[in-house]
Amino acid sequence: MKNHVWRPLYVVLALVAVILLARLVIVPDDFGIQDQGYMYGFHRLGNEQDWKNFPAKYKTTAYCNECHDDKVATLAASPHEMIPCENCHGAAFNHPEDPEKLPIDRSRDLCIRCHAALYTPSSGRSDIPGIDPDGHNEGFACSECHNPHNPSLEEM
Amino acid sequence: MKRRDFLKNALVFVSGASVSLSALEWLDPEEVLATRPEVRWAFLVDTHKCVGCGFCVKACKVENEIPIEADVTRTWVERYVIKRDGEVLIDSPKGALNGFTNKKIDRNASGMLEVPDEEITQEFFVPKLCNQCENPPCVQVCPVGATYQAADGVVLVDRTWCIGCGYCIMGCPYGVRFFHPVKHVADKCTFCYHRIVKGKQTACMQACPFGARVVGNLKDPDDPVTRAVLNQRVGVLRDEYGTRPHVYYLGLNKEVR
Repeated sequence: MKNHVWRPLYVVLALVAVILLARLVIVPDDFGIQDQGYMYGFHRLGNEQDWKNFPAKYKTTAYCNECHDDKVATLAASPHEMIPCENCHGAAFNHPEDPEKLPIDRSRDLCIRCHAALYTPSSGRSDIPGIDPDGHNEGFACSECHNPHNPSLEEM
Repeated sequence: MKRRDFLKNALVFVSGASVSLSALEWLDPEEVLATRPEVRWAFLVDTHKCVGCGFCVKACKVENEIPIEADVTRTWVERYVIKRDGEVLIDSPKGALNGFTNKKIDRNASGMLEVPDEEITQEFFVPKLCNQCENPPCVQVCPVGATYQAADGVVLVDRTWCIGCGYCIMGCPYGVRFFHPVKHVADKCTFCYHRIVKGKQTACMQACPFGARVVGNLKDPDDPVTRAVLNQRVGVLRDEYGTRPHVYYLGLNKEVR
């Protein structure tokens, strides 16, 4: 057969070879069909470890208790005992090294997350004491009257 | 050698050689079990306990580095208001990042709507997150193998491999996927994979003061989530899609979708 028929074929073969070579270089070794089969498990295995290495920010009350055991004990004796420290004090990250101090959220917006009165039959919300944020001592921070670590009104 | 002996020896040799060495190896039952996945992560949401404070949403965003003010979130809380005339109103302002602090219901373009208390028959909150489906439609549609199901059932996204085509975001029937505004790839709830594999609680679970959210291992018969799924009346979202979701809800109403 004539040369002009073969030439495009060589070009195509060369292209296929280049693509296969590039694929060999670009696709990581651990990429392939893993435990879950072709439909759901086709992935780069190393990514699972990448996600496991993601840094955690919240250290939970047990971590706070290692130094601030007095504060944790006071809170544990109050009606707010179920609230984790980091909900109001912010995520610990690497406290006490970084950041050295945690910002305390004293805003009304924080308290009314639970204590704004809503009409919620069939929800646990109706068991929580609620106020109307627009009518209840507007402009004052809640913590000026209520101690967040012991909010019971009798001891005010 | 006689013909008879030759055949006899050959038979012994061939039958001996056909038994592979691995067949003679003593197998420890525990070792065999260890090769099967011992973990299947699942989630239990108690809608009776949820009060709509939104601490879970805030904790999730901080923990997983989702820009706090961006209108995307890996988990969110919906408020359902069911009226006496049967009308169902649903809202989730900012995904309940700052909780539900107002009786007015967000109706988007038509503004805020206040429903008088006496017209309400039911009002409750439903937290939503990725269902980590057994048959995840979002994974099937990925053209590059960037999203996948790990052996323990959690569906993850490979951020270095995702091309941002958005098929998975369209494919999820629960709407839990979104574009990460900073990373420019598809993003979704991972059940805080970095925390649960180390035995910690998810960020949303540890932030919930009321114990409305619990993560657990379905392969462990003593796990509280497994016991609740087996012994209590739990429901899942959009069962009819055949995705076999693994977020179970206690107190799920038919109005919840």
